[in-house]
Amino acid sequence: MDATSIINALASLMPDVSYESGQSVDFATIYVPAASLVETCRALRDTPSLRLNVLLEVTAADYLPREPRFEIVYHLLSIPNRLRLRVKVRVGSNEVDGVVPTVQSVWPAAGWPEREVWDMFGIVFAGHTDLRRLLMPEDWEGHPARKDYPVQIRKAAQTYEPLEVTQDEFKANIERDRQRRSH
Amino acid sequence: MAELRTETMTVNMGPQHPSTHGVLRLVLELDGETIKSCMPTIGYLHTGIEKTAEQKKWQQVVPLVERMDYLAAQSNSLAYVLGVEKLLGLEMPQRVKDIRVLIAELQRMASHLVWIGTHAMEIGAVSMLFYAIRERELLMNINELVAGFRFFPSYFRVGGLREDLPRGFHEAVNAFLDRFPGKIDEFEGLLTKNDMFLHRTQGVGVITLDEALAWGLVGPIARGSGADYDVRRYFPYSGYETYQFDVPTATEGDVFARYRVRVEEMRQSVRIARQALQRISPSGSWACDDPRVVPPPKDKVYTEMEALIQHFLIYSQGFTVPAGDAYVPVEGPRGEHGCYIVSDGTNRPWRVKMRPPSFMAIQALPKIIENGMIADVIAVIGSTDVVMGDCDR
Repeated sequence: MDATSIINALASLMPDVSYESGQSVDFATIYVPAASLVETCRALRDTPSLRLNVLLEVTAADYLPREPRFEIVYHLLSIPNRLRLRVKVRVGSNEVDGVVPTVQSVWPAAGWPEREVWDMFGIVFAGHTDLRRLLMPEDWEGHPARKDYPVQIRKAAQTYEPLEVTQDEFKANIERDRQRRSH
Repeated sequence: MAELRTETMTVNMGPQHPSTHGVLRLVLELDGETIKSCMPTIGYLHTGIEKTAEQKKWQQVVPLVERMDYLAAQSNSLAYVLGVEKLLGLEMPQRVKDIRVLIAELQRMASHLVWIGTHAMEIGAVSMLFYAIRERELLMNINELVAGFRFFPSYFRVGGLREDLPRGFHEAVNAFLDRFPGKIDEFEGLLTKNDMFLHRTQGVGVITLDEALAWGLVGPIARGSGADYDVRRYFPYSGYETYQFDVPTATEGDVFARYRVRVEEMRQSVRIARQALQRISPSGSWACDDPRVVPPPKDKVYTEMEALIQHFLIYSQGFTVPAGDAYVPVEGPRGEHGCYIVSDGTNRPWRVKMRPPSFMAIQALPKIIENGMIADVIAVIGSTDVVMGDCDR
Protein backbone atom coordinates (compact mmCIF):
# COMPACT_ATOMS: atom_id res chain seq x y z
CA MET A 1 0.00 0.00 0.00
CA ASP A 2 1.59 3.27 -1.06
CA ALA A 3 1.41 6.65 0.60
CA THR A 4 -1.25 8.02 -1.78
CA SER A 5 -3.79 5.31 -1.01
CA ILE A 6 -3.15 5.68 2.73
CA ILE A 7 -3.70 9.42 2.45
CA ASN A 8 -6.90 8.81 0.48
CA ALA A 9 -8.14 6.45 3.17
CA LEU A 10 -7.38 9.06 5.82
CA ALA A 11 -8.82 11.97 3.83
CA SER A 12 -12.20 10.28 3.60
CA LEU A 13 -12.29 10.18 7.41
CA MET A 14 -10.81 13.61 8.09
CA PRO A 15 -11.38 15.78 5.02
CA ASP A 16 -10.11 19.04 6.50
CA VAL A 17 -6.60 17.80 7.38
CA SER A 18 -3.85 18.24 4.81
CA TYR A 19 -1.58 15.21 4.56
CA GLU A 20 1.52 15.00 2.43
CA SER A 21 3.34 12.00 1.14
CA GLY A 22 7.08 11.83 1.66
CA GLN A 23 9.95 10.48 -0.41
CA SER A 24 11.09 7.06 0.68
CA VAL A 25 13.02 4.08 -0.58
CA ASP A 26 11.53 1.42 1.68
CA PHE A 27 7.87 1.90 2.63
CA ALA A 28 5.21 4.60 2.61
CA THR A 29 5.87 7.86 4.42
CA ILE A 30 3.27 10.48 5.26
CA TYR A 31 3.57 13.88 6.87
CA VAL A 32 0.91 14.73 9.41
CA PRO A 33 0.31 18.18 10.94
CA ALA A 34 0.95 18.16 14.68
CA ALA A 35 -2.54 19.50 15.48
CA SER A 36 -4.31 16.45 14.06
CA LEU A 37 -1.75 13.80 15.04
CA VAL A 38 -3.77 11.99 17.69
CA GLU A 39 -6.96 11.54 15.67
CA THR A 40 -4.88 10.55 12.64
CA CYS A 41 -3.10 7.90 14.68
CA ARG A 42 -6.37 6.64 16.05
CA ALA A 43 -7.71 6.38 12.50
CA LEU A 44 -4.56 4.57 11.37
CA ARG A 45 -4.99 2.09 14.17
CA ASP A 46 -8.73 1.50 13.79
CA THR A 47 -9.47 1.75 10.05
CA PRO A 48 -9.98 -1.84 8.87
CA SER A 49 -7.95 -1.42 5.68
CA LEU A 50 -4.93 -0.14 7.67
CA ARG A 51 -5.08 -1.47 11.26
CA LEU A 52 -1.60 -0.29 12.17
CA ASN A 53 -1.80 -1.85 15.59
CA VAL A 54 1.85 -1.75 16.66
CA LEU A 55 3.89 1.35 17.31
CA LEU A 56 7.45 0.16 16.80
CA GLU A 57 9.29 3.28 17.76
CA VAL A 58 9.23 7.02 18.03
CA THR A 59 12.34 8.91 17.18
CA ALA A 60 13.39 12.26 15.82
CA ALA A 61 16.00 13.79 13.57
CA ASP A 62 17.49 17.25 13.83
CA TYR A 63 17.95 18.94 10.45
CA LEU A 64 19.75 22.07 11.67
CA PRO A 65 19.95 24.68 10.07
CA ARG A 66 16.89 23.81 8.03
CA GLU A 67 13.55 25.09 9.23
CA PRO A 68 11.29 23.39 10.38
CA ARG A 69 14.23 22.00 12.22
CA PHE A 70 13.02 18.68 13.65
CA GLU A 71 11.14 15.74 12.28
CA ILE A 72 9.50 13.31 14.66
CA VAL A 73 9.27 9.86 13.12
CA TYR A 74 6.77 7.17 14.09
CA HIS A 75 7.27 3.69 12.69
CA LEU A 76 4.03 1.77 12.55
CA LEU A 77 3.35 -1.85 11.78
CA SER A 78 0.16 -3.66 10.89
CA ILE A 79 0.39 -7.37 11.63
CA PRO A 80 -3.01 -8.29 10.10
CA ASN A 81 -2.34 -6.35 6.87
CA ARG A 82 1.44 -6.90 6.61
CA LEU A 83 1.91 -3.18 6.25
CA ARG A 84 4.46 -0.67 7.45
CA LEU A 85 4.08 3.06 7.56
CA ARG A 86 6.32 5.92 8.58
CA VAL A 87 4.50 8.93 9.99
CA LYS A 88 6.45 12.16 10.23
CA VAL A 89 5.64 15.36 12.05
CA ARG A 90 7.54 18.53 11.31
CA VAL A 91 8.52 20.58 14.33
CA GLY A 92 10.00 24.05 13.98
CA SER A 93 12.62 25.31 16.42
CA ASN A 94 9.98 27.59 18.01
CA GLU A 95 7.50 24.71 18.34
CA VAL A 96 9.43 22.35 20.59
CA ASP A 97 7.47 23.33 23.66
CA GLY A 98 4.31 21.27 23.80
CA VAL A 99 3.03 21.65 20.24
CA VAL A 100 3.21 17.96 19.39
CA PRO A 101 0.71 15.89 21.37
CA THR A 102 1.57 12.53 22.85
CA VAL A 103 0.12 9.42 21.22
CA GLN A 104 0.13 7.45 24.47
CA SER A 105 -3.67 7.33 24.36
CA VAL A 106 -3.49 5.42 21.06
CA TRP A 107 -0.48 3.19 21.75
CA PRO A 108 0.74 3.00 25.35
CA ALA A 109 4.11 1.96 23.89
CA ALA A 110 4.75 5.61 23.04
CA GLY A 111 5.57 6.47 26.66
CA TRP A 112 9.28 5.75 26.83
CA PRO A 113 10.22 6.50 23.23
CA GLU A 114 8.65 9.96 23.56
CA ARG A 115 10.48 10.42 26.82
CA GLU A 116 13.69 9.54 25.03
CA VAL A 117 12.94 12.04 22.26
CA TRP A 118 12.44 14.73 24.91
CA ASP A 119 15.63 13.67 26.66
CA MET A 120 17.71 13.64 23.49
CA PHE A 121 16.10 16.42 21.42
CA GLY A 122 14.20 18.57 23.91
CA ILE A 123 10.85 18.24 22.17
CA VAL A 124 8.06 18.41 24.74
CA PHE A 125 5.05 16.20 24.04
CA ALA A 126 1.84 17.85 25.22
CA GLY A 127 -0.10 15.70 27.66
CA HIS A 128 2.68 13.15 28.26
CA THR A 129 2.20 11.47 31.62
CA ASP A 130 5.82 11.20 32.71
CA LEU A 131 8.22 13.41 30.80
CA ARG A 132 11.46 12.98 32.73
CA ARG A 133 15.05 12.21 31.79
CA LEU A 134 15.31 8.63 30.68
CA LEU A 135 18.79 7.85 29.42
CA MET A 136 20.69 10.89 30.70
CA PRO A 137 21.14 11.62 34.41
CA GLU A 138 18.39 13.62 36.06
CA ASP A 139 20.55 16.70 36.51
CA TRP A 140 21.84 16.79 32.94
CA GLU A 141 21.62 20.04 31.06
CA GLY A 142 20.92 20.20 27.36
CA HIS A 143 19.73 17.64 24.85
CA PRO A 144 22.64 15.62 23.48
CA ALA A 145 21.30 14.40 20.15
CA ARG A 146 20.77 17.93 18.86
CA LYS A 147 23.18 18.92 16.15
CA ASP A 148 24.27 22.08 18.00
CA TYR A 149 25.22 20.06 21.08
CA PRO A 150 28.99 19.56 21.32
CA VAL A 151 30.28 16.05 20.78
CA GLN A 152 33.11 16.03 23.29
CA ILE A 153 31.81 17.27 26.60
CA ARG A 154 32.92 16.48 30.11
CA LYS A 155 30.76 16.87 33.12
CA ALA A 156 31.63 15.93 36.65
CA ALA A 157 29.18 13.43 38.05
CA GLN A 158 27.28 14.95 40.95
CA THR A 159 25.95 11.76 42.39
CA TYR A 160 28.84 10.86 44.67
CA GLU A 161 29.25 14.17 46.46
CA PRO A 162 29.14 13.49 50.20
CA LEU A 163 25.83 13.97 51.89
CA GLU A 164 26.16 17.14 53.94
CA VAL A 165 24.00 16.37 56.96
CA THR A 166 25.14 16.73 60.53
CA GLN A 167 24.56 14.00 63.09
CA ASP A 168 21.78 16.06 64.74
CA GLU A 169 20.00 16.79 61.52
CA PHE A 170 20.16 13.11 60.64
CA LYS A 171 18.62 12.09 63.97
CA ALA A 172 15.95 14.78 63.74
CA ASN A 173 15.09 13.59 60.28
CA ILE A 174 14.59 10.01 61.42
CA GLU A 175 12.53 11.18 64.38
CA ARG A 176 10.34 13.29 62.11
CA ASP A 177 9.81 10.34 59.81
CA ARG A 178 8.86 8.12 62.73
CA GLN A 179 6.38 10.72 63.99
CA ARG A 180 4.84 10.99 60.56
CA ARG A 181 4.46 7.25 60.16
CA SER A 182 2.88 6.70 63.56
CA HIS A 183 0.01 9.08 62.76
CA MET B 1 -2.63 -4.33 71.93
CA ALA B 2 -1.37 -1.80 69.44
CA GLU B 3 -2.84 -2.03 65.99
CA LEU B 4 -0.77 -3.70 63.32
CA ARG B 5 0.80 -1.14 61.06
CA THR B 6 0.10 -1.91 57.44
CA GLU B 7 1.99 0.11 54.94
CA THR B 8 3.69 -0.61 51.69
CA MET B 9 7.43 -0.88 51.52
CA THR B 10 9.57 0.56 48.77
CA VAL B 11 12.48 -1.61 47.76
CA ASN B 12 15.26 -0.72 45.42
CA MET B 13 16.31 -3.61 43.22
CA GLY B 14 19.49 -3.08 41.26
CA PRO B 15 21.31 -1.56 39.49
CA GLN B 16 23.85 -4.14 40.63
CA HIS B 17 21.46 -6.99 41.19
CA PRO B 18 22.95 -10.09 39.58
CA SER B 19 19.79 -11.12 37.81
CA THR B 20 19.00 -7.81 36.20
CA HIS B 21 21.20 -8.60 33.21
CA GLY B 22 23.52 -5.70 33.65
CA VAL B 23 22.38 -2.49 35.18
CA LEU B 24 18.64 -2.36 35.31
CA ARG B 25 17.21 -0.73 38.42
CA LEU B 26 13.68 -1.37 39.60
CA VAL B 27 11.98 0.59 42.36
CA LEU B 28 9.37 -1.79 43.69
CA GLU B 29 6.52 -0.93 46.01
CA LEU B 30 5.67 -4.03 48.00
CA ASP B 31 2.69 -5.04 50.03
CA GLY B 32 4.09 -8.04 51.83
CA GLU B 33 5.45 -10.07 48.95
CA THR B 34 3.03 -8.67 46.37
CA ILE B 35 4.22 -6.01 44.00
CA LYS B 36 1.98 -2.97 44.02
CA SER B 37 3.96 -0.88 41.58
CA CYS B 38 7.21 -1.04 39.73
CA MET B 39 9.24 1.77 38.25
CA PRO B 40 12.20 0.80 36.07
CA THR B 41 15.12 3.19 35.84
CA ILE B 42 17.46 2.82 32.90
CA GLY B 43 20.29 4.75 31.36
CA TYR B 44 23.21 3.35 33.36
CA LEU B 45 24.72 1.92 30.20
CA HIS B 46 23.97 4.87 27.95
CA THR B 47 27.08 5.50 25.90
CA GLY B 48 25.77 7.79 23.20
CA ILE B 49 26.50 5.39 20.36
CA GLU B 50 23.96 7.10 18.13
CA LYS B 51 25.66 10.45 18.61
CA THR B 52 29.10 8.93 18.07
CA ALA B 53 27.91 7.29 14.88
CA GLU B 54 27.15 10.70 13.41
CA GLN B 55 30.86 11.54 13.57
CA LYS B 56 32.01 8.37 11.79
CA LYS B 57 32.09 7.36 8.18
CA TRP B 58 29.47 4.91 6.99
CA GLN B 59 31.67 1.84 7.20
CA GLN B 60 33.07 2.84 10.61
CA VAL B 61 29.62 2.72 12.18
CA VAL B 62 29.40 -1.09 11.87
CA PRO B 63 31.56 -1.84 14.94
CA LEU B 64 29.67 0.82 16.89
CA VAL B 65 26.21 -0.57 16.31
CA GLU B 66 27.47 -4.05 17.16
CA ARG B 67 28.21 -2.80 20.64
CA MET B 68 24.60 -1.84 21.28
CA ASP B 69 23.02 -5.23 21.77
CA TYR B 70 26.19 -7.04 22.74
CA LEU B 71 24.63 -10.50 22.76
CA ALA B 72 23.25 -10.12 19.27
CA ALA B 73 26.00 -8.03 17.73
CA GLN B 74 25.43 -9.23 14.22
CA SER B 75 21.70 -8.59 14.27
CA ASN B 76 22.47 -4.94 14.88
CA SER B 77 25.03 -4.71 12.15
CA LEU B 78 22.81 -6.65 9.75
CA ALA B 79 20.02 -4.12 10.27
CA TYR B 80 22.48 -1.30 9.77
CA VAL B 81 24.15 -2.59 6.62
CA LEU B 82 20.82 -3.55 5.05
CA GLY B 83 19.58 -0.02 5.72
CA VAL B 84 22.61 1.63 4.14
CA GLU B 85 22.48 -0.77 1.20
CA LYS B 86 18.82 0.13 0.73
CA LEU B 87 19.75 3.81 0.49
CA LEU B 88 22.60 2.99 -1.89
CA GLY B 89 20.37 0.68 -3.92
CA LEU B 90 22.83 -2.21 -3.72
CA GLU B 91 21.84 -5.78 -4.38
CA MET B 92 24.00 -8.47 -2.82
CA PRO B 93 25.14 -11.64 -4.59
CA GLN B 94 23.26 -14.74 -3.48
CA ARG B 95 26.27 -16.15 -1.68
CA VAL B 96 26.59 -13.04 0.49
CA LYS B 97 22.91 -13.25 1.38
CA ASP B 98 23.25 -16.89 2.37
CA ILE B 99 26.32 -16.26 4.49
CA ARG B 100 24.53 -13.41 6.23
CA VAL B 101 21.55 -15.64 6.97
CA LEU B 102 23.85 -18.34 8.34
CA ILE B 103 25.77 -15.94 10.57
CA ALA B 104 22.56 -14.30 11.78
CA GLU B 105 21.13 -17.68 12.76
CA LEU B 106 24.32 -18.70 14.56
CA GLN B 107 24.09 -15.38 16.37
CA ARG B 108 20.51 -16.09 17.36
CA MET B 109 21.56 -19.45 18.81
CA ALA B 110 24.41 -17.83 20.73
CA SER B 111 22.09 -15.22 22.18
CA HIS B 112 19.44 -17.75 23.11
CA LEU B 113 22.11 -19.88 24.76
CA VAL B 114 23.05 -17.01 27.05
CA TRP B 115 19.36 -16.46 27.69
CA ILE B 116 18.61 -20.10 28.58
CA GLY B 117 21.68 -20.32 30.78
CA THR B 118 21.08 -17.17 32.77
CA HIS B 119 17.30 -17.55 32.90
CA ALA B 120 17.52 -21.05 34.31
CA MET B 121 20.34 -20.11 36.66
CA GLU B 122 18.37 -17.22 38.10
CA ILE B 123 15.48 -19.41 39.04
CA GLY B 124 17.62 -22.07 40.59
CA ALA B 125 18.97 -24.41 37.91
CA VAL B 126 22.54 -23.21 38.28
CA SER B 127 24.20 -25.96 36.26
CA MET B 128 22.26 -24.93 33.13
CA LEU B 129 24.54 -21.93 32.81
CA PHE B 130 27.61 -24.10 32.34
CA TYR B 131 25.97 -26.38 29.78
CA ALA B 132 24.69 -23.42 27.77
CA ILE B 133 27.87 -21.39 27.89
CA ARG B 134 29.88 -24.43 26.81
CA GLU B 135 27.86 -24.61 23.58
CA ARG B 136 28.08 -20.86 23.10
CA GLU B 137 31.83 -21.15 23.33
CA LEU B 138 31.78 -23.16 20.11
CA LEU B 139 29.84 -20.40 18.39
CA MET B 140 32.32 -17.86 19.69
CA ASN B 141 35.07 -20.00 18.21
CA ILE B 142 33.30 -19.89 14.85
CA ASN B 143 33.14 -16.10 15.16
CA GLU B 144 36.83 -16.05 15.85
CA LEU B 145 37.49 -18.28 12.88
CA VAL B 146 35.47 -16.03 10.60
CA ALA B 147 36.56 -12.62 11.74
CA GLY B 148 39.25 -12.92 14.39
CA PHE B 149 36.98 -11.46 17.03
CA ARG B 150 34.71 -13.46 19.27
CA PHE B 151 32.18 -10.99 20.53
CA PHE B 152 31.89 -8.21 17.96
CA PRO B 153 33.12 -9.69 14.70
CA SER B 154 32.13 -6.74 12.46
CA TYR B 155 32.02 -9.26 9.67
CA PHE B 156 29.06 -7.70 7.88
CA ARG B 157 30.08 -4.64 5.95
CA VAL B 158 28.19 -2.23 3.79
CA GLY B 159 28.46 -3.84 0.37
CA GLY B 160 28.98 -7.41 1.51
CA LEU B 161 31.30 -9.07 3.96
CA ARG B 162 34.72 -8.20 5.27
CA GLU B 163 36.47 -11.05 3.54
CA ASP B 164 35.81 -14.53 2.28
CA LEU B 165 35.05 -17.42 4.59
CA PRO B 166 38.14 -19.03 6.06
CA ARG B 167 39.28 -22.56 5.38
CA GLY B 168 37.63 -25.01 7.71
CA PHE B 169 34.50 -22.92 8.13
CA HIS B 170 32.11 -25.51 6.73
CA GLU B 171 33.58 -28.24 8.88
CA ALA B 172 33.37 -26.14 12.03
CA VAL B 173 29.76 -25.10 11.45
CA ASN B 174 28.77 -28.62 10.41
CA ALA B 175 30.32 -30.05 13.54
CA PHE B 176 28.38 -27.59 15.63
CA LEU B 177 25.08 -28.17 13.83
CA ASP B 178 25.49 -31.95 14.20
CA ARG B 179 26.12 -31.62 17.89
CA PHE B 180 23.70 -28.90 18.86
CA PRO B 181 20.22 -30.52 18.45
CA GLY B 182 21.24 -33.22 20.91
CA LYS B 183 22.31 -30.53 23.31
CA ILE B 184 18.94 -28.80 23.02
CA ASP B 185 17.35 -32.11 23.95
CA GLU B 186 19.68 -32.22 26.92
CA PHE B 187 18.65 -28.71 28.00
CA GLU B 188 15.01 -29.62 27.64
CA GLY B 189 15.61 -32.78 29.63
CA LEU B 190 16.89 -30.61 32.44
CA LEU B 191 14.15 -27.99 32.31
CA THR B 192 11.00 -28.66 30.31
CA LYS B 193 9.58 -31.30 32.62
CA ASN B 194 11.45 -30.19 35.70
CA ASP B 195 8.79 -29.78 38.36
CA MET B 196 10.51 -26.90 40.11
CA PHE B 197 11.11 -25.07 36.86
CA LEU B 198 7.45 -25.51 35.92
CA HIS B 199 6.32 -24.14 39.26
CA ARG B 200 8.45 -21.09 38.82
CA THR B 201 7.39 -20.40 35.26
CA GLN B 202 3.86 -21.62 34.52
CA GLY B 203 1.17 -18.99 34.98
CA VAL B 204 3.79 -16.42 35.97
CA GLY B 205 4.19 -13.07 34.28
CA VAL B 206 1.27 -13.40 31.93
CA ILE B 207 0.81 -10.84 29.18
CA THR B 208 -2.03 -11.09 26.69
CA LEU B 209 -1.54 -10.65 22.99
CA ASP B 210 -3.41 -7.34 22.83
CA GLU B 211 -1.37 -5.93 25.67
CA ALA B 212 1.87 -7.13 24.15
CA LEU B 213 1.13 -5.48 20.82
CA ALA B 214 -0.13 -2.28 22.43
CA TRP B 215 3.17 -2.05 24.31
CA GLY B 216 5.15 -2.57 21.12
CA LEU B 217 6.44 -6.02 22.07
CA VAL B 218 7.02 -7.99 18.91
CA GLY B 219 9.34 -10.95 18.78
CA PRO B 220 9.50 -13.89 21.18
CA ILE B 221 7.38 -12.17 23.84
CA ALA B 222 4.47 -11.59 21.45
CA ARG B 223 4.94 -15.05 19.97
CA GLY B 224 4.63 -16.49 23.45
CA SER B 225 1.26 -14.77 23.65
CA GLY B 226 -0.01 -16.06 20.34
CA ALA B 227 1.19 -13.70 17.61
CA ASP B 228 2.79 -15.37 14.62
CA TYR B 229 4.63 -12.22 13.62
CA ASP B 230 8.21 -12.82 12.63
CA VAL B 231 10.04 -10.33 10.43
CA ARG B 232 11.71 -13.19 8.56
CA ARG B 233 8.29 -14.40 7.51
CA TYR B 234 6.33 -11.16 7.15
CA PHE B 235 8.96 -8.90 5.61
CA PRO B 236 11.72 -11.24 4.39
CA TYR B 237 15.20 -9.77 4.03
CA SER B 238 18.46 -11.25 2.81
CA GLY B 239 16.63 -14.08 1.07
CA TYR B 240 14.75 -15.56 4.04
CA GLU B 241 11.74 -16.17 1.81
CA THR B 242 13.64 -19.06 0.19
CA TYR B 243 14.22 -20.94 3.46
CA GLN B 244 12.02 -23.57 5.04
CA PHE B 245 11.32 -22.89 8.69
CA ASP B 246 8.46 -22.65 11.16
CA VAL B 247 7.61 -19.74 13.40
CA PRO B 248 7.02 -21.28 16.82
CA THR B 249 4.23 -19.78 18.89
CA ALA B 250 2.51 -20.46 22.17
CA THR B 251 -0.70 -19.02 23.52
CA GLU B 252 -0.36 -18.91 27.30
CA GLY B 253 1.70 -15.72 27.40
CA ASP B 254 3.52 -16.75 30.58
CA VAL B 255 7.19 -17.26 31.31
CA PHE B 256 7.01 -20.92 30.32
CA ALA B 257 5.41 -20.07 26.96
CA ARG B 258 8.26 -17.70 26.17
CA TYR B 259 10.70 -20.40 27.20
CA ARG B 260 9.12 -22.92 24.83
CA VAL B 261 9.10 -20.41 21.97
CA ARG B 262 12.80 -19.64 22.35
CA VAL B 263 13.83 -23.26 22.67
CA GLU B 264 11.93 -24.10 19.51
CA GLU B 265 13.49 -21.07 17.82
CA MET B 266 16.89 -22.59 18.44
CA ARG B 267 15.80 -25.77 16.65
CA GLN B 268 14.47 -23.74 13.74
CA SER B 269 17.73 -21.82 13.62
CA VAL B 270 19.59 -25.09 13.23
CA ARG B 271 17.25 -25.94 10.37
CA ILE B 272 17.84 -22.63 8.61
CA ALA B 273 21.58 -22.79 9.22
CA ARG B 274 21.77 -26.25 7.63
CA GLN B 275 19.98 -25.04 4.51
CA ALA B 276 22.19 -21.97 4.32
CA LEU B 277 25.37 -23.97 4.76
CA GLN B 278 24.40 -26.29 1.93
CA ARG B 279 23.99 -23.35 -0.41
CA ILE B 280 27.26 -21.65 0.44
CA SER B 281 30.14 -22.71 -1.76
CA PRO B 282 33.51 -22.78 0.04
CA SER B 283 34.78 -19.92 -2.06
CA GLY B 284 33.11 -17.36 -4.25
CA SER B 285 31.98 -13.77 -4.18
CA TRP B 286 31.87 -12.20 -0.74
CA ALA B 287 30.92 -8.66 -1.70
CA CYS B 288 28.94 -6.91 -4.37
CA ASP B 289 30.84 -5.51 -7.33
CA ASP B 290 30.03 -1.85 -6.80
CA PRO B 291 33.34 0.03 -6.99
CA ARG B 292 31.96 2.98 -4.99
CA VAL B 293 31.71 0.90 -1.85
CA VAL B 294 33.85 -2.19 -2.15
CA PRO B 295 37.61 -1.67 -2.41
CA PRO B 296 39.28 -3.30 -5.41
CA PRO B 297 41.19 -6.56 -4.87
CA LYS B 298 44.73 -6.19 -3.65
CA ASP B 299 46.42 -7.52 -6.78
CA LYS B 300 44.75 -4.78 -8.81
CA VAL B 301 45.69 -2.13 -6.25
CA TYR B 302 49.34 -3.07 -6.72
CA THR B 303 49.20 -3.10 -10.51
CA GLU B 304 46.57 -0.59 -11.70
CA MET B 305 46.53 3.13 -11.08
CA GLU B 306 42.72 3.48 -11.05
CA ALA B 307 42.38 0.69 -8.53
CA LEU B 308 44.97 2.32 -6.31
CA ILE B 309 43.10 5.64 -6.44
CA GLN B 310 39.82 3.93 -5.66
CA HIS B 311 41.38 2.03 -2.78
CA PHE B 312 42.80 5.27 -1.40
CA LEU B 313 39.48 7.11 -1.78
CA ILE B 314 37.48 4.43 0.00
CA TYR B 315 39.89 4.20 2.91
CA SER B 316 40.44 7.94 3.35
CA GLN B 317 37.14 9.60 2.49
CA GLY B 318 34.76 6.68 2.54
CA PHE B 319 31.79 6.70 0.21
CA THR B 320 28.76 8.92 0.03
CA VAL B 321 25.20 7.71 0.42
CA PRO B 322 22.30 9.39 -1.39
CA ALA B 323 20.21 11.66 0.79
CA GLY B 324 17.11 10.09 2.27
CA ASP B 325 16.08 7.83 5.09
CA ALA B 326 15.50 4.11 5.43
CA TYR B 327 14.37 1.69 8.08
CA VAL B 328 15.14 -1.95 7.56
CA PRO B 329 13.90 -4.39 10.20
CA VAL B 330 15.53 -7.71 10.95
CA GLU B 331 14.41 -10.38 13.36
CA GLY B 332 16.91 -10.31 16.17
CA PRO B 333 16.95 -12.76 19.06
CA ARG B 334 14.95 -10.33 21.18
CA GLY B 335 12.50 -9.15 18.57
CA GLU B 336 12.53 -6.63 15.82
CA HIS B 337 15.86 -4.86 15.46
CA GLY B 338 15.46 -2.05 13.03
CA CYS B 339 17.87 0.63 12.05
CA TYR B 340 16.51 4.01 11.05
CA ILE B 341 19.18 5.73 9.00
CA VAL B 342 19.09 9.28 7.73
CA SER B 343 21.61 10.40 5.16
CA ASP B 344 22.24 13.94 3.98
CA GLY B 345 24.25 12.79 0.98
CA THR B 346 27.69 13.00 2.56
CA ASN B 347 30.18 10.37 3.68
CA ARG B 348 28.86 10.33 7.27
CA PRO B 349 25.42 9.36 8.54
CA TRP B 350 23.18 12.22 9.61
CA ARG B 351 21.35 10.07 12.10
CA VAL B 352 21.45 6.42 13.10
CA LYS B 353 18.73 5.14 15.39
CA MET B 354 18.35 1.55 16.42
CA ARG B 355 14.97 0.25 17.46
CA PRO B 356 15.76 -1.51 20.72
CA PRO B 357 13.52 -4.46 21.58
CA SER B 358 14.84 -4.57 25.15
CA PHE B 359 13.84 -0.94 25.65
CA MET B 360 10.23 -1.74 24.84
CA ALA B 361 10.33 -4.90 26.98
CA ILE B 362 11.54 -2.98 30.03
CA GLN B 363 8.93 -0.31 29.45
CA ALA B 364 6.27 -3.01 29.60
CA LEU B 365 7.85 -4.76 32.59
CA PRO B 366 5.62 -3.04 35.21
CA LYS B 367 2.59 -4.21 33.22
CA ILE B 368 3.79 -7.81 33.44
CA ILE B 369 4.95 -7.98 37.05
CA GLU B 370 2.51 -5.77 38.93
CA ASN B 371 0.29 -7.73 41.34
CA GLY B 372 2.70 -10.63 41.09
CA MET B 373 5.10 -11.94 43.71
CA ILE B 374 8.52 -10.48 44.25
CA ALA B 375 10.23 -13.80 43.59
CA ASP B 376 8.62 -13.87 40.15
CA VAL B 377 10.30 -10.63 39.11
CA ILE B 378 13.48 -12.58 38.48
CA ALA B 379 11.70 -15.16 36.37
CA VAL B 380 9.95 -12.47 34.35
CA ILE B 381 13.07 -10.41 33.69
CA GLY B 382 14.81 -13.59 32.58
CA SER B 383 11.97 -14.47 30.25
CA THR B 384 11.91 -11.06 28.58
CA ASP B 385 15.61 -11.58 27.80
CA VAL B 386 16.57 -7.93 28.09
CA VAL B 387 20.06 -6.72 27.34
CA MET B 388 20.85 -3.38 28.86
CA GLY B 389 23.31 -2.42 26.17
CA ASP B 390 20.46 -2.72 23.71
CA CYS B 391 18.14 -0.76 25.95
CA ASP B 392 20.43 2.16 26.78
CA ARG B 393 22.64 2.30 23.69
